[in-house]
Amino acid sequence: MTAIETAAGPGRRLEWRLAEVRDIVVETSRVKSLVLRITGWAGHLPGQHVDIRLTAEDGYQAQRSYSIASPPEDELLALTVEHVADGEVSPYLVGDLHAGDQFELRGPIGGYFVWTVATRGPLCLIAGGSGIVPLMAMLRHRARRKVRTPALLLYSSRSLEDVIYREELEVMARRDPDLRVINTLTRRQPEGWTGRRGRIDKALLAKACFPPEQTPKSFVCGPTPFVENVSRLLVELGHDPLTVKTERFGPSGG
Amino acid sequence: MDKSPISRGFRSKRQEQTPKDRLPPGQYVTRDFPILSAGPTPQSKVENWNFALQFGGSLLGQWNWAEFEALPQTTIKTDIHCVTKWSKLDTTWQGVTFDDLLKAVSLAKPRAAYIMAHCDGGYTTNVPVADLVGGQGMIATRYQGLPILPAHGGPARLLVPHLYFWKSAKWVRRLRFMEKDERGFWESLGYHNYGDPWKEQRYDGD
Repeated sequence: MTAIETAAGPGRRLEWRLAEVRDIVVETSRVKSLVLRITGWAGHLPGQHVDIRLTAEDGYQAQRSYSIASPPEDELLALTVEHVADGEVSPYLVGDLHAGDQFELRGPIGGYFVWTVATRGPLCLIAGGSGIVPLMAMLRHRARRKVRTPALLLYSSRSLEDVIYREELEVMARRDPDLRVINTLTRRQPEGWTGRRGRIDKALLAKACFPPEQTPKSFVCGPTPFVENVSRLLVELGHDPLTVKTERFGPSGG
Repeated sequence: MDKSPISRGFRSKRQEQTPKDRLPPGQYVTRDFPILSAGPTPQSKVENWNFALQFGGSLLGQWNWAEFEALPQTTIKTDIHCVTKWSKLDTTWQGVTFDDLLKAVSLAKPRAAYIMAHCDGGYTTNVPVADLVGGQGMIATRYQGLPILPAHGGPARLLVPHLYFWKSAKWVRRLRFMEKDERGFWESLGYHNYGDPWKEQRYDGD
């Protein structure tokens, strides 16, 4: 496959490492960020994820994957986790975990859904709900490095209260003339909301996104139907499928 | 790590006990069929679809949709295991086994020890031939008796259910024999070269 760059080749085994919770940030009513110190962590690229493993008192273990929200420049690693109803792991992470708690983690994983400041072309990020998390690592990385790569974040949430990282994104966009942040609220809008409402559709993508001639690098992340729809529309609008990278959060992400 | 730290208050929510011999380590059972792929879903029409078997630069066989549908059909009922930790039990697939493809091109035995599967969208994955013969692998065109949806790899996907499911490449169009093993798409991006779920070979070095 010639058109795809390899971000990570064959390497050493990914060992399970000890993660200690240093801080917990409440992002929304259903979403928290876990700020972790990880023994022997060797760094990551924006967009990558980790596996975590919890062990119950009876020895039962469960593994799940979570996207990294922090940029490689940060000393601590942040994971942002959404409480999935009926989930096994996320309710514990969001509801029961405290600073000082420990669990196992290994990574970073995934070398394809990755963007760094060395990547050429405008950056087009399209998120649905908690799909913002790996894209936020890219935006934070971009802000830390103070690069002028033109960037767009198109972010679909159910309501204003569900917008993760809302204040940070506002500040980021205010300070950076090369970054556009467009929020759309699908279910409920506050009184006086002048922003977008409803789902991301073809007209919005055509208007907001960098045109295909500029060969933007697009990253689409969110629930499966959201990603299927947006990525199909981008291709219909003339974007080369190889420039559209996707990450889908399945219904059983728990 | 020597000893896993205990998460107090964390407990299993599994409602029914899945027999140990059905669920590889680190997996959990889902009733859904989650979708994972690196890019947009290719919208291939069967009218323009064809499938090829290849060795080096030479074509061993090629079929259009109607020709492929006329090959002997086999049904496999199997559990599938995704590297992202979900497993789905008792899935049913119909298609043409690798053995029957070899017969269709009059190959008494495989031309080389490895194959690379090439797919719409540029995806590739490598599989040892030893894992495809003897009824272990097929090109599937039906899932639970119906045409496979594009998001799940239709019109046709490779099925090698005893390996992690990324090896069962969606939108497969070509199997190419290779004398030497080469890494495919995810195998070049940190995932395990072989991917045995029972040995939990998720990532390189596992």
